[in-house]
Amino acid sequence: MDTALYAKRRRRNVTTMALAYGATGFGLSWLVLILAVLLWEGFSGLSLAVFTEMTPPPGSAGGLLNPIVGSLVMTIIAVLIGTPLGMLAGTYMAEYGRYDKLTMVVRFINDILLSAPSIVVGLFVYEVMVAQMGHFSGWAGAVSLAVIVVPVVVRTTEDMLTLVPDTLREAAASIGLPRSLMIQKVAYRAARAGMITGVLLAVARISGETAPLLFTALNNQFWSLNLNAPVSSLPVVIFQFALSPYKDWQKLAWTGALIITLAVLALSIVARILTAQRKTS
Amino acid sequence: MVDVALDGGSAVSVRNQADRAQVLQRLRLGDMAFRNLTRGAALIVLLILGGIIVSLVIGAWPALEKFGFRFLTTEVWNPVTEKFGAIAPIYGTIVTSLIAMLIAVPVGLFIALFLTELCPMWLRRPIGIAIELLAGIPSIIYGIWGLFVFAPFLQQHVQPFLIAVFGEIPILSTLFAGPPYGIGVFTAGLILAIMVLPFITSISRDVFEAVPPVLKEAAYGLGCTTWEVARYVVLPYTRVGVIGGVMLGLGRALGETMAVTFVIGNAHRISGSLLAPGTTISATIANEFTEAVGDLYTSALIALGLILFVITFIVLAIARLLLMRLNARVGG
Repeated sequence: MDTALYAKRRRRNVTTMALAYGATGFGLSWLVLILAVLLWEGFSGLSLAVFTEMTPPPGSAGGLLNPIVGSLVMTIIAVLIGTPLGMLAGTYMAEYGRYDKLTMVVRFINDILLSAPSIVVGLFVYEVMVAQMGHFSGWAGAVSLAVIVVPVVVRTTEDMLTLVPDTLREAAASIGLPRSLMIQKVAYRAARAGMITGVLLAVARISGETAPLLFTALNNQFWSLNLNAPVSSLPVVIFQFALSPYKDWQKLAWTGALIITLAVLALSIVARILTAQRKTS
Repeated sequence: MVDVALDGGSAVSVRNQADRAQVLQRLRLGDMAFRNLTRGAALIVLLILGGIIVSLVIGAWPALEKFGFRFLTTEVWNPVTEKFGAIAPIYGTIVTSLIAMLIAVPVGLFIALFLTELCPMWLRRPIGIAIELLAGIPSIIYGIWGLFVFAPFLQQHVQPFLIAVFGEIPILSTLFAGPPYGIGVFTAGLILAIMVLPFITSISRDVFEAVPPVLKEAAYGLGCTTWEVARYVVLPYTRVGVIGGVMLGLGRALGETMAVTFVIGNAHRISGSLLAPGTTISATIANEFTEAVGDLYTSALIALGLILFVITFIVLAIARLLLMRLNARVGG
């Protein structure tokens, strides 16, 4: 027996397996490190004032009320625009045109939009809306977020509708339901949890998006719900405050970062629970 | 005869043939309308992509017309004299992404190997979920963490060490030449590596899991070690999928904005040293767009955006084509 060869193979196996353990520890330690610092810095700045006061001028205390509200309003509008559009497009791809050329093209393009750089979306909306209207606006911010929502919802809607068993469709067809009613009464109901998950994931995705808001919604130091004017948003305020030299602002940036992260984690966890329930039922 | 039809969710009884025909007609119209509505929505997805390309080309036109091909080859970026060249941001984008991939690809593959071969069953789900949560954290969080925690740490502990160690070795001494700023191309590359790691890991894990157990069992049966199974059975079988996942991660790294903008230093020059500040396409746009005065300046920034979109489009398209090929094989 060639013991030298065996020893060599065993050694190589042991080293590479140690590398695999090490890599996993390495990857997970970043998650722990980032979350630990974020929780520490964020919670130490968290107070009621954060949710009740406006963003302060440098050097004085304040809160994040206007960016929080601005982010919420723009996110809601973006979801209201993007969700129906995405669901309808996903419906076409899974129901009417499952084997179409069009569906294949749309699926390919949609997958690219899904990971396209979000800053390019900002430039697009700047060109189409801000430059035409002549000023930055909350509407432009909401539309650029909607452009990011659409591909996420299209993807999950198509996936979830494809999972609905064809026997359900055939049963609906056999009692004389036209396709549109079959989709609305049967397929949507069967895929509901998954489709809601898609919307939640889309919200999670846009709630931290900064790049597309930088030159569409811009920012606003004051309380404003006028969507025809610049609107403040949490990510943009974090960006601005973190890069400022003022300690108060940096503190608020950390707190804002904590709020966003908690919101995103909560959304992803709820989405996960929804899909898990689907699988067990 | 009494038929029952659905109308807006409520049952209506239909008493005669004329009514019946009317109901059927209405249902048929409704179906047509719904079909066209969904088809229209699908077409809008295509329109969004078309709109992005067209608007970027129109916006970039003044700069492209003025500078022509030189835009891609000159380094100067001077808003005062209105001379713009894209080579420094393009260089920064490519170098930071390369650093990120050099670190994230091997680490990601090893984590995927751990998750599919070594990890005890009860731990697989929690670790998998943790990695996916890491993927869900918004990039601005990585940015702020990089600026306040990671960059100072690198400046004080890692960079002086690198400068000292590589100072005597010919090529490496220029790559890691002096002063340790903390922020710079190197730091940006490391942050990007942390960001794309979860994407590469979760895709590699998914394709590794798709390897038929029979193949692995056969190899183990011959007496292969775990490493040999991974290297000579799993990797060759999943090569297409792994490359697809890597390209997807690369697409993310190239287009990532916020995590990079915080830590790259925004300096429009190409430096031989990785520790020096630099810039990327997306960081330049994020930093300068709202402050850009003059049509040519704005146009030059949009031209940068167009270049970025073209690069990422090509990378992502290749990634999707590879992954589609893999799905076709698994499905068929």
